[in-house]
Amino acid sequence: MLKFLLNRLKDLIPTLVGVSLLSFFLVRMVPGDPVMLLLGERGADPVVYQEMKENLGLNKPILMQYGSFVGNALQGDLGKSIISKRPVIEEFFGRFPATLELGISALLFAMIIGIPLGIIAALYRGRFFDYFLMGGSLIGYSMPIFWWGLILIIVFSVTLGLTPVSGRINVIFEVQNFTGFYLIDTLFDQELIEFEGYAPFRSALSHLILPAVAMGTIPLAVIARMTRSSMLEVLSEDYIRTARAKGLPYKRIILIHALRNALIPIITVMGLMFGSIITGAILTETIFSWPGIGKWLVASINARDYPVIQGGVLFIATMIVLINISVDFLYAIVNPKMRKA
Amino acid sequence: MNLPKVETSNEFFESALREFWDAFKSNRGALFGLIFICFFIFLALFGPFLSPHDPSQLFDNALRLPPSFLEGGNSNFLLGTDDVGRDILSRLIYGARISMAVGFSVVFLSATVGTVLGLFAGYFGNKVDYWIMRLVDILMAFPSILLAIVVVSVMGPGLSNAVIAVAIVACPGFIRIVRASVMAERKKQYIMASQTFGAHPLRIMFLEVLPNCMAPLIVQISLGFSDGILNAAALGFLGLGAQPPTPEWGTMLADSRAFITTSPWMVTLPGLCILIVVLGFNLLGDGLRDALDPRLKK
Repeated sequence: MLKFLLNRLKDLIPTLVGVSLLSFFLVRMVPGDPVMLLLGERGADPVVYQEMKENLGLNKPILMQYGSFVGNALQGDLGKSIISKRPVIEEFFGRFPATLELGISALLFAMIIGIPLGIIAALYRGRFFDYFLMGGSLIGYSMPIFWWGLILIIVFSVTLGLTPVSGRINVIFEVQNFTGFYLIDTLFDQELIEFEGYAPFRSALSHLILPAVAMGTIPLAVIARMTRSSMLEVLSEDYIRTARAKGLPYKRIILIHALRNALIPIITVMGLMFGSIITGAILTETIFSWPGIGKWLVASINARDYPVIQGGVLFIATMIVLINISVDFLYAIVNPKMRKA
Repeated sequence: MNLPKVETSNEFFESALREFWDAFKSNRGALFGLIFICFFIFLALFGPFLSPHDPSQLFDNALRLPPSFLEGGNSNFLLGTDDVGRDILSRLIYGARISMAVGFSVVFLSATVGTVLGLFAGYFGNKVDYWIMRLVDILMAFPSILLAIVVVSVMGPGLSNAVIAVAIVACPGFIRIVRASVMAERKKQYIMASQTFGAHPLRIMFLEVLPNCMAPLIVQISLGFSDGILNAAALGFLGLGAQPPTPEWGTMLADSRAFITTSPWMVTLPGLCILIVVLGFNLLGDGLRDALDPRLKK
């Protein structure tokens, strides 16, 4: 077990170095002079220009620049945004809870709908209902979510008038940041509840529903398909037959004996979904003007705010690598067969 | 004397093809997928003859007309017009050409690079494999759209840059698929026989191993089309892919966002086209996997 762990950690080093090299050099390859970009018209003065260049460390050899980029990154310093002049890491963590709240809600939606649908499809294997559900899940899987979000807006916001079109909460409410999750903060802020009752909570919830559904659609399809195939595999096992032979109630066999074993691969896959959640966040947040990191990154790219792109990309990629390896470890702990890989 | 009948390679190929087709056509979903794709390929090939108007012609007196089957529609514009009076049907037909070309270019680039790297990694193993797989790890650490938008932001927005970015994102999938099946083939006797004869490694890789890895590769190619078209459209939607007035579906969607309340058909139609094409390739990929993978045969 320890050897497996060390081996995986050893593979991690070249990957992380590569990730940092890629985010460093990609941004260096951008045409245009970053000093001029920062200074604007003031850059015409050669003294000011030289001073700024030295401040940024751009006069040093490129390897030393990379070294100090990595050194600073390891100390949690990813540079400053050109637009807001605030540290990238601060901006990142200011927006991350919004993305996390959306992502968790989307995954919860996907699980609550997807797992039961997968079970039902497995139980009705080969029948109309199975084909219907699996066809539907393939449509969900093929969904361009940037279009799906707009369709949801047309139906639920524009036509039915049920939900707001964009944002996170009605701007008249001032929410204290305890956890950064508005659904929780609006419920536990005594002062706010005293003045406004549960209106802020309802507002936060109604803003959250559509983006969460839009973002959860593809994971929903993936989870439903996986649950179905995983359930089919488990249902053919000997211990299920034994349970039936013992005369256990059907419900108990399906929900306890089969489902619990079928869920293991599904949970692993969900751990690896973090990357696709970020992809989903970029598109969903752009459509719904959700103030998270996805919308922030797209805005930074449009504004050519390179420290933000570089830092944000490095941070997200590192996080994905670390999450993937933790999932591997957890899986190896649960399933000894995996340790040999 | 009756000699046992020996199948020539041609006959063998024909019987294999027939077997494949029998398995494929029993899958109704896959047939639907094939029909969707053929329909859009037909539109793409014969676009100029089929489209009723020039896709960039402005009809000043027909701004944001609804489709002809809705109230206020004009039979001259079957699917309505957009905010500057261009015929939506014609733009969708030309969009099919772009999307098919994008899908093809993405798959061509990523399948070529991915197959070569996957063959090398799987065949040589050891150091070569290690470093190619680290490259895959690095690329997979970036969420697909994020990597694509960073690449586009470096190279500048535009359709061809978007294609390159999406192709880079698609490479790891091909590398992994080819590598896995090469590793399964490598230890087989026919490879060892070639090696004993002193065949050049490149010859063995491309002429002996690769033809035996085609089944998973073909499936991945079909799925590569759907991912490629979807990601390129997403880049277009974010303003980083094809630039207006190009009639690319994702770009059309982005342009029509402002009219979501007043002219919902402008939003609905391009997205529906993306969905149908992507669904078609996913259905086809699923069907091919079932038909080509002997483990799943009943």
